[in-house]
Amino acid sequence: MRTLQLKKSLKAVNAETGDTIEIISDGKAYAGILMPSHEFSGEDILTIKLPNGYNIGVKITPKTKIKVVRKRTSKEKKTKKIPFDKKKPTIAVIGTGGTIASYVDYRTGAVHPALTAQDLIFSVPELTDICNVKAKVLFSVLSENMQVEYWQKLAKEVANELNNGAKGVIIPHGTDTLGYTSSALSFMLQDLNGAVILVGSQRSSDRPSSDANINLIASAKLIAESDLGEVVVVMHGETSDSYCTIHRGTRVRKMHSSRRDAFKSINEGPIGKIMADRIIFSQDYGRKSSGKVKVKDKMESDVALIYYYPGMKIEHFNSIAERSKGIVIAGTGLGHVSTDMIKAIGKAIKRGVHIVMTTQCLYGRVNMNVYSTGRDLIKAGIISGDDMLPETAYIKLMWVLGQTQEQEEVKRLMRTNLVGEISEGRSLDERA
Amino acid sequence: MNEHDIDYSKLNLKVGLEIHQQLDTHKLFCDCESKLNEKKGIVFLRRLRPTQSEMGEIDRAAVAEAQKKLCFYYQTADTCLVEADEEPPHAANDEAIDITLEASFMSNAKIVDEVHFMRKVVIDGSNTAGFQRTALVALDGFIEVNGKKIGISTICLEEDAARKIEEKKGEVVYRLDRLGIPLIEIATLPQIRSPNEAKEVAEYIGSLLRATKKVKRGIGTIREDVNISIARGARVEIKGVQELKMIPKYIEEEVARQLGLIDVKNELERRGIKNVKTRVMDISSVLKNTRSAIIKNILSKTGRKVIGIRLVGFEALLGSKFCALPKAKKEKEKKSPVKRRLGAEFAQYAKTIGIEGIIHSDEMPAYGITIEEIKNIKSALDIEEGDAFVIAAGEEEMVRNALNAVIERAKQAIYCVPEETRDAQPDGTTTYSRPLPGKERMYPETDIKPIRIDQKRIEKIKLGLPELPERKMKRMVETYKLNEQQAEQLIDENLDIIFEQIVNKYGMAAVISRTLLNTLPELKNEGIDVNKISVDVLDNVFSQLHQKKFAKEAVPELLFYIAKHDADVYKAVKALKIEKLSSEEAERIIDAILKNKKELIKDKGMSALSPLMGIAMKELRGKIDGKIINEILKEKLKKKLS
Ligand SMILES: [Zn+2]
Repeated sequence: MRTLQLKKSLKAVNAETGDTIEIISDGKAYAGILMPSHEFSGEDILTIKLPNGYNIGVKITPKTKIKVVRKRTSKEKKTKKIPFDKKKPTIAVIGTGGTIASYVDYRTGAVHPALTAQDLIFSVPELTDICNVKAKVLFSVLSENMQVEYWQKLAKEVANELNNGAKGVIIPHGTDTLGYTSSALSFMLQDLNGAVILVGSQRSSDRPSSDANINLIASAKLIAESDLGEVVVVMHGETSDSYCTIHRGTRVRKMHSSRRDAFKSINEGPIGKIMADRIIFSQDYGRKSSGKVKVKDKMESDVALIYYYPGMKIEHFNSIAERSKGIVIAGTGLGHVSTDMIKAIGKAIKRGVHIVMTTQCLYGRVNMNVYSTGRDLIKAGIISGDDMLPETAYIKLMWVLGQTQEQEEVKRLMRTNLVGEISEGRSLDERA
Repeated sequence: MNEHDIDYSKLNLKVGLEIHQQLDTHKLFCDCESKLNEKKGIVFLRRLRPTQSEMGEIDRAAVAEAQKKLCFYYQTADTCLVEADEEPPHAANDEAIDITLEASFMSNAKIVDEVHFMRKVVIDGSNTAGFQRTALVALDGFIEVNGKKIGISTICLEEDAARKIEEKKGEVVYRLDRLGIPLIEIATLPQIRSPNEAKEVAEYIGSLLRATKKVKRGIGTIREDVNISIARGARVEIKGVQELKMIPKYIEEEVARQLGLIDVKNELERRGIKNVKTRVMDISSVLKNTRSAIIKNILSKTGRKVIGIRLVGFEALLGSKFCALPKAKKEKEKKSPVKRRLGAEFAQYAKTIGIEGIIHSDEMPAYGITIEEIKNIKSALDIEEGDAFVIAAGEEEMVRNALNAVIERAKQAIYCVPEETRDAQPDGTTTYSRPLPGKERMYPETDIKPIRIDQKRIEKIKLGLPELPERKMKRMVETYKLNEQQAEQLIDENLDIIFEQIVNKYGMAAVISRTLLNTLPELKNEGIDVNKISVDVLDNVFSQLHQKKFAKEAVPELLFYIAKHDADVYKAVKALKIEKLSSEEAERIIDAILKNKKELIKDKGMSALSPLMGIAMKELRGKIDGKIINEILKEKLKKKLS
């Protein structure tokens, strides 16, 4: 943040971002375009873009003279007609705040998200070879700020698009919580009559090396060329720009903080892959229905997801349990917590809190029959999360509690495979 | 052609240099070592695409690259996720920034208050991110070379690009070992006026950077880009000159090339050619039964075509393979450096699309194409008197794109010399690489925090600033009584610090300089691993010499033994039996010799001194100073004879 003093001196000469200014300080003179200030820039620093394209930070002291040489000029953005081809399917793109496409303003260095269909096609013109694009921005939140009401709003909008002629829906989404949203939509949307694809990018789309466009094009291809009727995530299959992987919405997890191929299907193989010339399905998948999409979007938001760790204080658990209607625990191994905690869990369940056990191993199934700790947990009334991901179990519990509060019914629903979130058994060879 | 034929000031030659020097630190944005390797490691594939700017403008250089639709393969041995563009860059290497600050001070440049890294869009695959990270650290400096001030416009710190290993049709293979090595880029103003001056400026900047002692040495660690323009020509940037002494040659060649192109433009004007009229035709059927091996070979594969274009009014401007133009002889007589070789320019543009080359009318007959076939080609393309044709063969779409590039280049010939980036070839010529990039290709690197250069840091750098090379040389000559050549060599070979460190402890400048400059290279030539002779070893050896433990003549022998047997100084001295004798012991040995050689002394008198000296030296070399032996011997001999 610039100091008040600095802000005042800029105001005094009416210097705004984008103006060409001259700064004379300590016998040094600089001329360039005034740039927005960087979060980590010094408070007394003005950033200017020199004629050679470089930005530099210039220290401003009370003695520094600032002069506006030329006010900024606003250029008209070129408009381009979006082609419409009756023969091609129409795909709805619903923006949530993730920038799957963007363009750079080299004058100020700002990166603008491509929000309209026009921007989108401008950035990824290959889309017009595959489909017609209908684009809108539903809301604009950082993916870590996602919550129940956004999921509900999104589910309604997806259904709306699908019930009004879109062959499929693409949802550009920040990658951090992509798996939560895909899970939420999986439970909320029923009888899908088209594919719902969440897509993200691990390298921002303003870069020439971005993975965004390939992921986006693959998503459009999947909608245009298949009869898939599920909520899925489409992202890079490997570090190479070679193919994209289709992950089931309830099975996918971000497994790396930065790599392009961060997304993996856990406890089942991916649904398939999208190559440049074809789509290969490697397991059965939900076909699209011919009717209308139904939305069941009620959710109980007083649910917590707890990662158990050795030494976890009972008071900590209790303080969460007091405020929650449901809790998903990511326990150790086959689904364990400390002996002390079992008592606390039992008490909470008696009070009516629904508690589900999953494993922090992520891979494999919870089994609380093997050790006494597990058996005690079952006696206390805990619900087994089977081989559900902790995050998926968390979303599912919110959704189930939105449908019913009845203990046995909650237990039954949590243990029933509704949308591919639980599997019957796994063969030895496919640890994907 | 050489420099004497051309008056460069008349041509208004302006040359600017960009010197890129690798720094001897770890990489700029990760902790990987800045070291090249010969391994492949895991290989991955990427594609790059130009990003749109707000106004829908894409950089022209980026567009040219994108048209090639290349696949880039990256070999990753000994690199990490940062080089693979799979992890955000770490904070910029502080040591590299300090070295850049040092270089900035040494070239009198103004250091910026806050350094901001930028992304410079480069989509030829040499950077996995599709941009090079670069920051302006200082600007508006100057250096003095041979008494002339040359302005330094900018000093930047940037990351080196990936190393190109192989280029095949439609794909380029890079190795990531070089990507991310810190580079200082020093750019001069275009104030250099002759090819030779360019070399001298480059040499000066090189020595200035080496003075920091923190730059890499050896082939490929310093590279120059040369900006050249002449009156009525255009600004052309020659990239990747690795050999300093070749700089004048590149400039001479480029000036000649531009003069040739200006001549072509004038000739086109004289002929009244105002725009390029062409005709593009599939002439595969004309050459169906050709005996030309090249064309036959291509046509034998399915889907391959021969396509020709007519260029109205371009006859004799393309130049033959051997430059045997009708006018060429006359040109030689005039001693004019001008060569009309538009054909070579066409071929380079076509090659960037991915075809092997072109064939054109000025070089006919050639490649086994018969007179009859030439006639048929001409008639198929409606070639008239004064026209030229260009043909190319291969996969149809690619050939058409290549010929379009030729037509675009032909259009530019009417206007003048196109602004280009050209690649330096080892023989001093250059080839077209891409249009000069536009300006709108830089935007902030938001993953790296701005770096404040505060007063404390500046003071610290100032304190540790190395002497300017020429000043240091003068001081070394005066202080240590070295000759200029020795001083220069010590500085140039980075031995000056070791030299001063040892000399300041023990004196003996002459022996130490001789050891560093002559003995060590000699031992190396003999196949000795001189790496075993560390600074500590040298320090020890000279410390012992200083204490007169052995004679200075023994130093080479001693170092040889140390390196060969991995011994320490004490052991080596013992093993070689070069421990210095006391004068008494020496006298005893000399007495014995004199006793043995009674006859000789009797015969020769004082003249026996010389042969006796030989015998004594044989036994005493390295154990006691030769001068002392001589004195003792002389005295004893005198005594004996008196
Ligand atoms: Zn690295």
